[in-house]
Amino acid sequence: MGLKLLLEKANVPGIRTYDVYRREGGYSAAEKALKEMTIESIVEEVKKSGLRGRGGAGFPAGMKWSFIAKPEGVPRHLVCNADESEPGTFKDRYLMEFLPHLLLEGLLISSFALGSSDTYIYIRGEYAWVADILEEAIGEATKNGWLGKNILGTGFDCMIHVHRGAGAYICGEETALIESLEGKRGNPRIKPPFPAIQGLWMRPTVVNNVETLAAVVPIIKMGGDEYAKIGVGRSTGTKLISACGNINKPGVYEIDMTISVEDFIYSDEYCGGIANGKKLKACIPGGSSVPILPANLLLKTAKGETRYMNYESLSDGGFATGSMMGSGGFIILDEDQCIVKNTLTLARFYRHESCGQCSPCREGTGWMEKILQKIESGKGEVSDIDLLWDIQRKIEGNTICPLGDAAAWPVAAAIRHFRDEFEWHINNRELSQTSNFGLQHYADPIHVPA
Amino acid sequence: MTEFKRLVARYPEGKQKSALLPVLHLAQDSFGGWLPTEAMDYVAVLLNIEPIEVYEVATFYSMYNLKPVGKFVFEVCQTGPCMISGSENIITYIQQQLGIQPGETTKDCLFTLKLVECLGACGYAPMMQVGKIYREHLTKEKVDAIIAEYRTQVAAQN
Repeated sequence: MGLKLLLEKANVPGIRTYDVYRREGGYSAAEKALKEMTIESIVEEVKKSGLRGRGGAGFPAGMKWSFIAKPEGVPRHLVCNADESEPGTFKDRYLMEFLPHLLLEGLLISSFALGSSDTYIYIRGEYAWVADILEEAIGEATKNGWLGKNILGTGFDCMIHVHRGAGAYICGEETALIESLEGKRGNPRIKPPFPAIQGLWMRPTVVNNVETLAAVVPIIKMGGDEYAKIGVGRSTGTKLISACGNINKPGVYEIDMTISVEDFIYSDEYCGGIANGKKLKACIPGGSSVPILPANLLLKTAKGETRYMNYESLSDGGFATGSMMGSGGFIILDEDQCIVKNTLTLARFYRHESCGQCSPCREGTGWMEKILQKIESGKGEVSDIDLLWDIQRKIEGNTICPLGDAAAWPVAAAIRHFRDEFEWHINNRELSQTSNFGLQHYADPIHVPA
Repeated sequence: MTEFKRLVARYPEGKQKSALLPVLHLAQDSFGGWLPTEAMDYVAVLLNIEPIEVYEVATFYSMYNLKPVGKFVFEVCQTGPCMISGSENIITYIQQQLGIQPGETTKDCLFTLKLVECLGACGYAPMMQVGKIYREHLTKEKVDAIIAEYRTQVAAQN
């Protein structure tokens, strides 16, 4: 069994309740942080841990914290980003659903370090029952003196509030999330000013992902240096991976980022291999926005080296031959899946979720969906592939927020690695409506599980 | 009103507009699952903001329904991971069983079918949300059972 720092106690019966969580050693990190540590030393431990944002961008969390402005007399806020909406990602839901007090403990320590007395959990509206679980846990924590006034006699006041969104992927972007939390449409703001200077209600604000904030608990417990020893290179600690698609064992797994992609897919401890004895065709390793990789480039890098489940290895080769760790949403496609159709559903998703502020994204996502629909329904022309390529290139980098890039990358990667499948669709208009391109793409023999 | 006050109390004084999303959820639940203009206008009065500030939010977020819906809304996910796990067959099957197209409501006003984008249940696909609950690992048999369950529930109430 791999090392578990976050999900270690996930299977303890009743761990969702305060009493069991406390009995299992819960809130001891909060006690240590608030009673024995200074604000500076907490930030220092998080910096030393090398913890990188687990929401997708992978920005060092300690560094993000150190940017927060501290103007005299202005309240500061910590906001927990629980708007998990990246297709393929369902790890934060799992953490909140089964270990709500772990998140609250991480939030308490982080709120103390950042000086946030009113901390908000922005949770996607659809996770209504998870919001209820969090509210209940907040009630228990308050009753037991971990939230409220003068916590542990330190003079620190802290309340955690749950704020439900209402269905908008864009609100996972931190400035859109802040707008939404202010009761507005989720239109991302132009940066600068960054939230650390002017965020929620124009006050200094830090926005961190659920998993990032939960990871603060083991970091405080074991110390930043020890945490940094786990993993490899700049991929320190453990990472939650939500695995889905055509595998035998979909679910949420905690990995220490030294495992190879091949072992993660085929070992019984994790995905358990491809479902129904099929062959692996492709994978989107870090949530729908990251580039899709064909099986050969997924298991080995372009240099022929083993690819591992960590930030550096997954992005080895750049976008030409690599992908990204992203949010850890690991989507496996088997030999029966059609790349054109898969790309179409993602293009539709981004068209639906574009906030409409920037023309390249608002118009471009709609055009990409229409062209992909045309190819998928057997009416495409070869020039459509170049048109798609041209549109995605004109969206990328030309928008206020990264949603534009996130919409462009899946289309670009699909064409980059599966152009022959697009061409087959176009040249076999009737056949493509009834049959599948399958694995014809691969010149090399494809990996078959033993 | 108690629930409204509890929601508004979460935000600092003068920032009551922040409660708009949670309050609209509350209003939608109280108005039979959708937001008539009167409900939105009332929310504007309660939060001391302009009605347009409520409309622009209600039209932006996909969870707010701006026209009446059935008692049970089947929100079926159709994004990538659900699609590769067979959501299309499930959607077609629900259409056949209920005799409606996506966006429509059955004549008896019991069921509405709505196609939605990723709900964060990719490992438990195909799936749909009905009210507060996620219905996961859907099969045709499961869909039958769910429809029967809600019909029984309504019959028992009548």
